[in-house]
Amino acid sequence: MATDPGVTASAAERMAWRAASELRDHDVVFVGIGLPNLACNLASRLHAPSLNMIYESGVVGSRPERLPVSIGDPALVAGSLGIVSQADIFQCFLQGGRIAVGFLGGAQIDRWGNINTTVIGDYERPKVRLPGSGGACEIATHARRLLIIMRLNRRAFVERCDYITSPGHRVNGVSRRELGLPGGGPEKIITDHGVMTFDETGEAVLTELYPGVSVDDVRAGVGWHLRVADELKTEAEPSAEALRLMREELDPQRLFLK
Amino acid sequence: MSKLQNMRDAIAANVMDGDTLVIDGFTHLICFAAGHEIIRQKRRDLTAVRLTPDLVYDQMLAAGCISKLVCSWSGNPGVGSLHALRRRVEAKAEEGDRIVLDEYSHFGLLSRLLAAANGLPFWTLDNFRGSDIGRHNDNIRSVICPYTGRELATVPALHPDVAIVHCQRADSEGNAQVWGLVGSMKEVAFASRRVIVVAEEIVDSELIRRDPNRTVVPGMVVNAVVHEPWGCHPSFVQGCYDRDNRFYVEWDEVCRERASVQAWLDKWVYGVSGRSEYLELLGAERVDSLRPEARLSGEVSYGY
Repeated sequence: MATDPGVTASAAERMAWRAASELRDHDVVFVGIGLPNLACNLASRLHAPSLNMIYESGVVGSRPERLPVSIGDPALVAGSLGIVSQADIFQCFLQGGRIAVGFLGGAQIDRWGNINTTVIGDYERPKVRLPGSGGACEIATHARRLLIIMRLNRRAFVERCDYITSPGHRVNGVSRRELGLPGGGPEKIITDHGVMTFDETGEAVLTELYPGVSVDDVRAGVGWHLRVADELKTEAEPSAEALRLMREELDPQRLFLK
Repeated sequence: MSKLQNMRDAIAANVMDGDTLVIDGFTHLICFAAGHEIIRQKRRDLTAVRLTPDLVYDQMLAAGCISKLVCSWSGNPGVGSLHALRRRVEAKAEEGDRIVLDEYSHFGLLSRLLAAANGLPFWTLDNFRGSDIGRHNDNIRSVICPYTGRELATVPALHPDVAIVHCQRADSEGNAQVWGLVGSMKEVAFASRRVIVVAEEIVDSELIRRDPNRTVVPGMVVNAVVHEPWGCHPSFVQGCYDRDNRFYVEWDEVCRERASVQAWLDKWVYGVSGRSEYLELLGAERVDSLRPEARLSGEVSYGY
């Protein structure tokens, strides 16, 4: 699809677009609110019409007519394939191994893809109290593929998380497999400058850059010495149709595309 | 036997100082009217249980009702922080003002209610490996599966003293029918020692019997039934009224300062006698803007 040269994607639009391209038709995806929600709805309009969107509030096969503000929005319910209890969502769907793709973000992430959404500072006397896990810990535990969406920032991409809410590939030197975690763990970190994947040891490696971005730009936003792949891919610009969908249909009020 | 009571009497009879309380609802069906009545009756020292404390517990925290919070996601959904809550748990909180947080993931807290609802002392789940959640909560322990040798996490049963659940319709005995998100309503009701059902509409038992699949909480576990239309605002009731997202955004400003929360409570909670005066204050225009268009389901036959 041709790109409109006069339209430049914002950082949020690029992240949503890049995340959408990771989704395949018929994937069963556990959708979080915000950019993951936008990415999933974008994918279902573009290349994955049979994407099965599941929300932790209990909605299965959602087809929202307006962009939901929360994961429990009534627009998710009307027209969905099924409503189940939260016990079913966490047990039958997630713990039962039915979720192909999960999405997470957070306040802090380390090189192993461990994520903190709980506290900045000491747990008992936190400098900043964040919302906590919600379903994040079990999504990180059980989703077969985990996609992480976060903006680069040295306070967010840290050498060591203040608290590990959701486990990644390696915790205190112990691998995911040794810990006995059933899901596949983080597959990609989709940032506003490029994309990281994980090597065989479970460490994040920069593998893709967005147009006009340098390795130094990425390193400036990462608090550890980031590994960089020998050959870096450059992502295509989001298509004009994708931008139109996001701006005019999916998030016209710019709730999440800020 | 009719269990119908007004909200004031139902709260007075069933919610006591020091109780462990659940006001249920996951985004959907959060009974703010009950929370506000508890504030007006000045209940103290409550242990408040919810997966998502939401605005209703932020308001009750600010009003001094809650001394311990059992939860798994403490934000303002789609907006940001619950500042009344943050003021009581962050490092800058004064010692006498600090509250205890008993924290899980959603699955972990739900499992505590599942154990209680199902009459077991604990529940097992394959979770918390590698996470710090279990390191900071002594209630999260483990057991070895006697069949596979695999280690599984455990959490103990949680039996609330009282649960408040909201539904679209119920009969006077408390048989509660719900459509849309059901969350953990059934588990919460069966886990609790006392249950208050709050309904948008009280209907004849014959209507309940015509569509029994829709009953989520059976009257046999219910102690009181309250008829309270619009009892969930700013939360929503599918088919009755939409979520008032504007309220959730505005709370972000209100909750940032103690004084603005107090002014809000003075006007919207202490300044009204109950939900009908609250709705008058909210105004017809705002109320009408939340009324949805009907989207009727097809009917099914229970014939045999």
